[in-house]
Amino acid sequence: MDPFSFNDTLLLATILFSVGLAGVLVRRNMVFMLMSLDIMLNATALVFVGAGARWHDATGQVMFLMILALAAVETAVGLAIILCLHARGRPTLDADGGNLLRGAEHG
Amino acid sequence: MNPLPVLVLLPVTGGGLAWLAARIRPHSARPSARDASWWTVLATLIGETLVLAMVTFHHTDHAGPWLEHFAAPWIPVMGIAFRLDIDGLSLSMIWLSLVLCFLCAFLAPRQDTTGAGTFHFLFLATLTGIIGTFLATDLFLFFFFWELMLVPMFVLIATWGHEDRQRAAMKFFMFTQGSGLVMLLSILGLVMTHYRATGVLTFDYFTLSRTPLSPALSMLLMLGFFIAFAVKLPVVPVHVWLPDAHTQAPTAASVLLAGIMLKTGGYGMIRFDVMLFPDAASRFAPVAMALGVVGILYGAWMSCMQDDVKRLIAYGSISHMGFVLSGIFGGSAMGMQGAIVQMLAHGLGTGALFLIAGAIQDRMHTRDMRRIGGLWAVMPRLSGTGLFFAVASLGMPGLGNFVGEFLVLLAIWHASPIIATLAATGLILAAIYALRMVNRIFLAAPRADLRPVRDFPARQMAVFACVMAFMIVLGLYPQPFMTFSTPAPLSVTAMPRPEGSAP
Amino acid sequence: MAATFCGGRNMGEILLPLLVLCPLAASLIAFACAGRVGAGGIGAIACAGVGISAVLGVVVSAILLRGPATGALQVMLWPWMRVAGFSADIAFMLDRISMLMILVVTIVGLLIHVYAAGYMRDDPGIARFFGCMTLFVAAMLVLVLSPDLLCLFGGGGGVGLCSYLLIGFWYDDPANTAAARKAFYMTRMGDVALLCAMLLLAGATGSLRIGTVLAAVANGQVSPTGVNMAAFFILVGALAKSAQIPFQAWLPDAMAGPTPTSALIHAATMVTAGVYLIARLHGLFAMAVPVMALMAVLGALTLLMGACVALAQSDLKRILAWSTISQLGYMFLALGCGAWQAALFHLMTHAFFKALLFLSAGAVIMRARHEQDIFRLGGLRHAMPGLTAAFVTGASALAGLPLVTAGFYSKEMILSGVWRAHFDLTHGWGAGGHPLWGIGLLGAFLTALYIFRCIFIVFCGKADTVATGRTSRLMSIPLGCLCVLSVCGGMIEMPAPLPRPHLFSAFIDPASLLPHVDEPFWPVLAGAAAPLAGVWAAWVVWGRSASVMRDMPGRPMRLLAWLAQHAIPGRAIMGTGRMTQATSTLIFRARTGFLDMLGVWAGRSAGWAGRLLERLHDGRMRRYAAWIAGGLCAGLALAVLS
Repeated sequence: MDPFSFNDTLLLATILFSVGLAGVLVRRNMVFMLMSLDIMLNATALVFVGAGARWHDATGQVMFLMILALAAVETAVGLAIILCLHARGRPTLDADGGNLLRGAEHG
Repeated sequence: MNPLPVLVLLPVTGGGLAWLAARIRPHSARPSARDASWWTVLATLIGETLVLAMVTFHHTDHAGPWLEHFAAPWIPVMGIAFRLDIDGLSLSMIWLSLVLCFLCAFLAPRQDTTGAGTFHFLFLATLTGIIGTFLATDLFLFFFFWELMLVPMFVLIATWGHEDRQRAAMKFFMFTQGSGLVMLLSILGLVMTHYRATGVLTFDYFTLSRTPLSPALSMLLMLGFFIAFAVKLPVVPVHVWLPDAHTQAPTAASVLLAGIMLKTGGYGMIRFDVMLFPDAASRFAPVAMALGVVGILYGAWMSCMQDDVKRLIAYGSISHMGFVLSGIFGGSAMGMQGAIVQMLAHGLGTGALFLIAGAIQDRMHTRDMRRIGGLWAVMPRLSGTGLFFAVASLGMPGLGNFVGEFLVLLAIWHASPIIATLAATGLILAAIYALRMVNRIFLAAPRADLRPVRDFPARQMAVFACVMAFMIVLGLYPQPFMTFSTPAPLSVTAMPRPEGSAP
Repeated sequence: MAATFCGGRNMGEILLPLLVLCPLAASLIAFACAGRVGAGGIGAIACAGVGISAVLGVVVSAILLRGPATGALQVMLWPWMRVAGFSADIAFMLDRISMLMILVVTIVGLLIHVYAAGYMRDDPGIARFFGCMTLFVAAMLVLVLSPDLLCLFGGGGGVGLCSYLLIGFWYDDPANTAAARKAFYMTRMGDVALLCAMLLLAGATGSLRIGTVLAAVANGQVSPTGVNMAAFFILVGALAKSAQIPFQAWLPDAMAGPTPTSALIHAATMVTAGVYLIARLHGLFAMAVPVMALMAVLGALTLLMGACVALAQSDLKRILAWSTISQLGYMFLALGCGAWQAALFHLMTHAFFKALLFLSAGAVIMRARHEQDIFRLGGLRHAMPGLTAAFVTGASALAGLPLVTAGFYSKEMILSGVWRAHFDLTHGWGAGGHPLWGIGLLGAFLTALYIFRCIFIVFCGKADTVATGRTSRLMSIPLGCLCVLSVCGGMIEMPAPLPRPHLFSAFIDPASLLPHVDEPFWPVLAGAAAPLAGVWAAWVVWGRSASVMRDMPGRPMRLLAWLAQHAIPGRAIMGTGRMTQATSTLIFRARTGFLDMLGVWAGRSAGWAGRLLERLHDGRMRRYAAWIAGGLCAGLALAVLS
């Protein structure tokens, strides 16, 4: 009945999560990091949906909606921070450059 | 209305008001010491005195050794309550604190022209901590106040102290804080033991005093308390913070430190070592007495070689506190009373000496005795006062210290004549350092570059005269103080608990 | 009679505290008036304080004498300390011994105060001076009037403090303050020994009332070892207060103070505190024979050493100081032989003539432009005949010229007491007092020798000193009074083999069995001859040929003097002090070094650990994410694999 078994869903979610994690760890560009974070969030959301379908429970879909909202908010805030940094005169998108809590000196 | 919470909370409230007063009227063009903030402090102290006088003279229905009791729930889940009790010992210690605070308010030279409001707030906050320590009969509350008095004092030293203040303040904080944590462990250990034995989780002093303890455990717990109090008293191996802190602190803080804060150590030893763990304390007594004698000799000896006036007085304090330690663990009422009289006399005498040292530093801008000299010629009043208190600190018969020292020595003699003889030789060393100070500061050839400076004005002399008179009374007629300030025995404490009786 | 005595007794009880209070009040007033009242006013206040005290002393003595011979006036003022196992009161007691002492202290004290009012007239610190002097008298009165060893100790402490302040009165000179400190430290050592004795006695009896203690000792409540220890400690305390071997070094230095101070403290009163203490506790010492023997031997040695050193001195005041030590040695010899009555008698006459000597010497020095070296003075009898007469009177009394001086009678009493003494040290083995008597006789010869050496050099010969000014009335009247006392003060007590009068022994100790008519008479004759021989020898050596033999007792005496002054234990104490300081510095350095090292080490290791941990959170988000992921994986792996 199911085009995908639950195991397949989990496998896909794990792959998506790993891709996202790898993106966060490897990329230094903050925009790409945000995108990777979104991928990770969607991976978790996928698990929720899959689990909801598996056990016929609407809670999973509710959780998916919440994660969707969360991801949107997170992306918005993250982009806002990047814009702010730009406005402060920090032209780079390098995430490793902001580790001294004193952006003005470093940037 | 119960006066005990008022006693505790009034100073810190007054301190807040003093801070506000300084905010509202930031210092006027004339840098006068007597601004609104100062008057607030004075009013607070007077109010506190009135409340204390009420406690002292207004005997409530139960005329037991515990004069007042107060309890309010704080964290009921943990069995922690806001329990305050007052007996003769706490009362006399609080009186001493207030007298010294008045002395500070009137006599301490004004180093606090910058940020007078904050200074006054911290000063009174320390006082709250100290009074709370003297009153608390809930172990958690006791620990709370114990730590509370530490923080404002740390800031006082670190902000208004002398040249090396940061290091001294840090040393002070590390030592007392670290030892306080050992005490907290000990408290928790006692509470948990009690909980396991009876199933009741409580921090109540009186309930905990009936905890059944194995000898080894009670010794361990007693030592936990002892270490905290030993650091505060201080006992010799852990005295290292004291000379620095006393020397670097501003005058008022030195007086508070030496006059009262050391006494919280002695008070704690009486109330939480000897009375809570009597068996363990009596087994530990030989070690404690030996430590006391080592303190007497070591403190006096070190004092003999100091060039810094305040340092000399600080080491002298260590020597005097050695008598207190030996007396408390002397195992008899005689030693205990001697220790209490010694604490009172030392509080007054050393407090006054620190005030004088502060006054000298204010005028001469140095504490180095090699650069001060022959003050008698220019400041006979200050020098005479200094001479009086130096002589008191060397244990002149007829002044307060002698009574304490004699009773302590007699108590030690019963335990061990050799230790008593050793302790008595400390009196020779005391003569050496006290007279060395007198002969280098007051009675010495005046230095050539001695500029004319202002002597104590008559009003300050009147305040000092009161202290001197009190010192003489304590030396010649100590009996009322001795009967009055006896700590209430634990066996009696349980009786007048007002829980059973109607309010 | 009983009723009247009771009335007198009540009055005595009121007057006794006043006796102490008057000088105390005078002292407080003098201190408070510093700088406000002129020199004359201060002097008048001080003299009034001591004078009233002297009058009161006479009155209470009269009241006491009307009572029974063993009676005493007792006043309990208030309890001092009452704790379980010990009690002490602030109280006064007047019996015959203390009556003698208060009369000596107040009357001699008054004369010295009157003299000082003239002597110190121009000193800017006169208020401090008189404040200390009257405080000293008050403390001394507390000491002699106390029925309690603790009170007595308190009085002793006050006396020590005042002597410290007075010796270092001219504090501009560091030598003076050093002398003052030395005196205080040495007497303080004695105090600590006395304190140990008090602790011992209080521990054994629970009280320090002299009556209680003596009764307890007599009852055997204190073990014999305890009695011996207590007696020994008290002896050490007394030796220190009275500047006997081995504590002799402070007294000559103490001459740094103004002359009236020397007269009051270091001749008439303070140094006698030790003698008084032992006389007061003679019941205790009677049970400690070894200590008594030790005391007698030390006394004999001190008297000999003091006399020898005095012979080698060239400073007028130092000669008198060493003679004080020597005379106190006589008193300790007497006390050691159990003749405490004789010691007290000599104490009294010594107070008279030594005060006279000091005061007249002070006047001489003052008029000779503060020249104290006897070899730079000479022929002063022409310039100041009155002072010469006074000094010669005092010197004769000190030497004990037979029959006409007070010193003769008291010294004779001591010598006969020593002659009779017998020390039963162990069963079957004892020692008699005859060798000590021989030393005493030799001492009498030397005393006459050194003091008349001084007289012949200073007052005879050709006049090569210019004397200035004249002695004021305030100073000469006390000198006159003391002259009279020095001459007549001893005639109340004839030497023991002679018949009446024996007023002094009858007064001080009515129970004693005097006179000892069965004794041989020749020791008395020898005692009378020795001073005469000394005077003759002094005349031969210094009087006739002053220019030749000025410096007679050469090297050996000087060496002895140096030894006495420095070797034991003055140098030792100062050396100990210096060593204490050095070692404490060393320890301080070592301790500081160690702690600093500890601190540095702790700081460094904390730094390393911190830097290590710092790596973990360097602010790089990616690394944090990696840590999170790694931790997550590790946790999962643990959960799965376990």
